[in-house]
Amino acid sequence: MTAAGYPAVTGVGRPMVGGRRLSLTWLGAVPFLAYVGVFLFLPTLIIAVGAFFGEGGFTLSNFSNLSRSYIVTATVNSIILSAVTAVAGAVLGSVLTYAIATGNPKGVVRRIAVSASGVLAQFGGVTLAFAFFATIGPAGFVYLWAAQHHLDFYASGFWLYDLRGLEVVYLYFQIPLMVLVFLPAVDGIRPQWREATESLGGSSWHYWRYVAGPLLAPAFLGATLLLFANALSAYATAAALINQGGIILPLQISNAITSEVGLHEPGFAKAQAVVLIAIVAIVTALYGVLQRRTARWLQ
Amino acid sequence: MNWRYQIRGLGVAVATLLVVVACGSSGGGAGACTTAKTATSASACGGMDSLVAAAKAEGKLNIIAVPRDWANYGAIIDGFTAKYGIPITSDNPTGSSQDEVNAVQQLGTSSRAPDVLDIGTSVTLANLTLYAPYKVATWSDIPDNQKEPTGLWYQDYGGYMSVGYDSTKVPAVTSMQDLLGSAFKGKVALNGDPTKANAALNGVMMASLANGGTVDDISKGVDFFHQLKLKGNFVPVQATTATVKNGTTPVVFDWDYLSAQHGTDVPTWKVFVPANAILLDFYNQAVSKTAPHPAAARLWEEYLYSDEGQNLWLKGLARPVRMAAMTKSGKIDAAAAAALPVANGTPIRLSADQATAAKAYLASHWAAAIS
Repeated sequence: MTAAGYPAVTGVGRPMVGGRRLSLTWLGAVPFLAYVGVFLFLPTLIIAVGAFFGEGGFTLSNFSNLSRSYIVTATVNSIILSAVTAVAGAVLGSVLTYAIATGNPKGVVRRIAVSASGVLAQFGGVTLAFAFFATIGPAGFVYLWAAQHHLDFYASGFWLYDLRGLEVVYLYFQIPLMVLVFLPAVDGIRPQWREATESLGGSSWHYWRYVAGPLLAPAFLGATLLLFANALSAYATAAALINQGGIILPLQISNAITSEVGLHEPGFAKAQAVVLIAIVAIVTALYGVLQRRTARWLQ
Repeated sequence: MNWRYQIRGLGVAVATLLVVVACGSSGGGAGACTTAKTATSASACGGMDSLVAAAKAEGKLNIIAVPRDWANYGAIIDGFTAKYGIPITSDNPTGSSQDEVNAVQQLGTSSRAPDVLDIGTSVTLANLTLYAPYKVATWSDIPDNQKEPTGLWYQDYGGYMSVGYDSTKVPAVTSMQDLLGSAFKGKVALNGDPTKANAALNGVMMASLANGGTVDDISKGVDFFHQLKLKGNFVPVQATTATVKNGTTPVVFDWDYLSAQHGTDVPTWKVFVPANAILLDFYNQAVSKTAPHPAAARLWEEYLYSDEGQNLWLKGLARPVRMAAMTKSGKIDAAAAAALPVANGTPIRLSADQATAAKAYLASHWAAAIS
């Protein structure tokens, strides 16, 4: 991006210098580009190309198979799960973040909350699922205690084992992740800005609408997007909690890769992965549009 | 990787040469077999002693997807290492049959690749090009319909599909219909997803047989689980030792030999095999064609199919494939045989075509039935 400014400085007479500097600037980015190439673009390419191959060579059937009713259901479930936990996680997480940020910056509460978030954000997987079994599962001690006290929260069905259960469980790592990624942005808000707003006669609403809101909006949206992608790709927690029926897309991908009863379709698994990539790409594009809008809003 | 393999091969060859030279004059000692990679039996390798020498020279054996608490594999692994002094690397113990095949394909001839496989029947039949033919010394004891004639694969141990339950959490199970009762609310689980795991597929098939279905028609089983789901009795959690122990899955469909293992954690665990639906299935052994330790792989098979290996499986409550022959010859461990769960009736085994029809039906109906 810095290179773009160069021609204007070097002028028409010395194109060589500009050219050489351009290549040197580019060199600095090589390690990064190589890293992104090997760990992001190459795997994506392998998946995208593999999705067009079946046992008999080139085929489009992997993509036509995406219309199978259980895949459509799993895709819709995945989007609902990711959207609900991203939005709920972002809202609840940002409230918690604000509470942490406005507290004593060197206080014990803040340190505990931040380090607990660091641990809990990575707490997904079998351990998290098992923690729920052991507490509010149908054999969990919290549920058994509640049921004895006429608080049978499974009276209308075991919601822990369907999409609602996944949403609750996912929030356990979504909210802490929101705290981790959103805290630096909230910390950047100076108390002086609020004081300035107030001294100019602005209300609390004016402060949030014209100062803090616009400043935090890009970070908030970016963090929400991260939460969405995080939920979309999560696998182990769901696999431990709901082993049956492939309720979300990552579980269907796992079925297609590891089925030992002969439903092993690696090409189809790759086509499903392409769907996940496409969903993230669409959401990222939406995020780009939204961010440009908020930028305009800022001016 | 090729280089390393060739160097290793060279090492084995040199070691072999030394052994052969050393033993050459004495005449009685056996040299290490040099053709283990293609040997189709121990005698083709110069006899058992020669195979043992070659396996010891390789010094290692890689196995995959065999948990220590599965069919007594822990004791078998320890027994093999104690007998031959060859340490075993057991990779990905909780992996599926397909994971085993994937590992063979992805790791190729590298020193980490699996040497031997223990896999379900449909995966076995779908990957015939990956195995090296080998016939164990006790080959003739394996019934003809339980082995591939050239020795590409051979069945090893099996059991009956059963319902295991914690008798302190639920009433005694005497028929499959009992499971629909209100005492089983939120308690009945399968060992895996039937579109993915062979054990779970057979669990649904057993439910089908017990509810008027046939081996050609699994739909009654899917209907049964749909009923379980509607009554709120079905738990979609994969049953494991941990979920059984903490009570999340107090009733589990699984092979009787796996279910019986829960008795060590839950002493009140009972295993029920329905009289009108005895579903039998075996796992299969095969030596990998690209095994990095070809002699050790073959020696492992010899150990598994020896009286000792077969009785170890039996102690894990799995029915070894030579059981009939060993009962006749009196070599069977009678106490272990008497400990097997009781089952009355004729055992049924799914043919490959019946399994294919069942999984095709499950692929399109299972998710809808239980959600």
